Amino acid sequence: MPDVLLKIFRGDREGGQTADYQVPVAPGMVVLDALHHVQKHQAPDLAVRWNCKAGKCGSCSAEVNGRPRLTCKTRMDSLPQDKPITILPMKSFPVIKDLVTDVSWNYKVNKKIPGFTPKAGTNWRMQQEDIDRVQEFRKCIECFLCQNVCHVLREHDKHEQFGGPRFFVRVAGLEMHPLDGVSRVGLLKKELGLGLCNITKCCTEVCPEEIHITDNAIIPLKERVVDEYYDPVLRLVRKIRGG
Amino acid sequence: MASASQTAAYNAARTGSWWSQIIPVVLGLGGFSVYATFRAFEGALFQWGPYLSPFYSPLIDVHHRYWPYSPALLILGGPLGFRATCYYYRKAYYRAFFLDPPACAAPERRRNYAGETRFPFILQNVHRYFMYLAIVFLVFLWHDAIKAFAFAEGFGIGLGTLVLLVNVILLTLYFFSCHSLRHLVGGKLDCFSCAKAGGMRHSSWRGASLLNEHHMLFAWSSLFSVGFADFYVRLVASGAIRDLRLL
Repeated sequence: MPDVLLKIFRGDREGGQTADYQVPVAPGMVVLDALHHVQKHQAPDLAVRWNCKAGKCGSCSAEVNGRPRLTCKTRMDSLPQDKPITILPMKSFPVIKDLVTDVSWNYKVNKKIPGFTPKAGTNWRMQQEDIDRVQEFRKCIECFLCQNVCHVLREHDKHEQFGGPRFFVRVAGLEMHPLDGVSRVGLLKKELGLGLCNITKCCTEVCPEEIHITDNAIIPLKERVVDEYYDPVLRLVRKIRGG
Repeated sequence: MASASQTAAYNAARTGSWWSQIIPVVLGLGGFSVYATFRAFEGALFQWGPYLSPFYSPLIDVHHRYWPYSPALLILGGPLGFRATCYYYRKAYYRAFFLDPPACAAPERRRNYAGETRFPFILQNVHRYFMYLAIVFLVFLWHDAIKAFAFAEGFGIGLGTLVLLVNVILLTLYFFSCHSLRHLVGGKLDCFSCAKAGGMRHSSWRGASLLNEHHMLFAWSSLFSVGFADFYVRLVASGAIRDLRLL
């Protein structure tokens, strides 16, 4: 079995640097296997967050050769093995230790979003055609790779003004729900900073669940914000109708 | 969140030639812009036989009674605005020309980022109005494409006829795959089965969604086709080539 050189970040909130580890590569091996090999044989104190190893729990997010990925879904043979493979923690969140980051900011954003609120007198029978759209959004595993790659958070640190793609997906799932009776359009514009998104689609590119975040969640939400705030004709129609 | 030294580590770790993704966009959009600007100001060689260049359609005040400059300048704002505010092109030029970001997880230089919350980019929100305007342009372009079968001696088909026809078909596909149209025909509804004409709106939304998946393809192909259609008319009108009559 050939060996590959891994450069893994070792450190904490105070700082750190990459350390080199040689790992033998076996057929079918993924990056998380390589990290486990390092843990078992060379650095038992290496901190890695993981759970299912099947691309379903969203725990093992990291940056492999500078690209945000689930380490359990990144095969070693998909990476150039003649060069070192760099594994860093997600850049948009503070490091706790090694590859483990503090993603609790996401849960604070989540609390701003009013949950599902049925309309008064709801008939609970739904038609498939009405929920096809929202089912896509339910695939999210909260790996936060979309949050990590989004340049509004990653490069511009707009954590205070911006919700991020993961929460636009959540809001889309609620806003498009046929039985939900609450509007979150004002929240999207004012508190979640939807206007900061310039739809460059990196969130869609990195989503391991292949949710069409930009086309199916963010852009439809932007259109709903336009309906409410930037379309004078619709505003007039609402006034005439007494809305 | 990352410190300066960590940022350097991330930038160094980002492998792959991510510049290669934006170079075709710079060349494609940049090249088209230069050519379209030249043609819009040229004000000549836009008509031959039954053919009219899409850059000059609809043709207004061709004899300069009220407008002394090129007639293209009167109308180009419509198609230009539709493309400039298009959700696909926004992604393309934010990445390629503003480097905001140049590629996913690639470093950025600009620090005073405001997205689409301030002037001028807040104007992107008027995309739907340019979409309404685009319907008018499409009607004229279909009229031109049908007229391109009517030669002086009667019905006929030239290479230019096919060029104009393919162009208007691609422009139509680009229009019907528009995100704003998808929203308008049904996407804005939360419940199709509860709405008036909900079944029809659901079918329309599904159709628009199917086309929308290929919006990028239609954006590029229609951009090239409209440029090529104009170029072809110019070549024929200038006498550089003769139109190939097929029928």
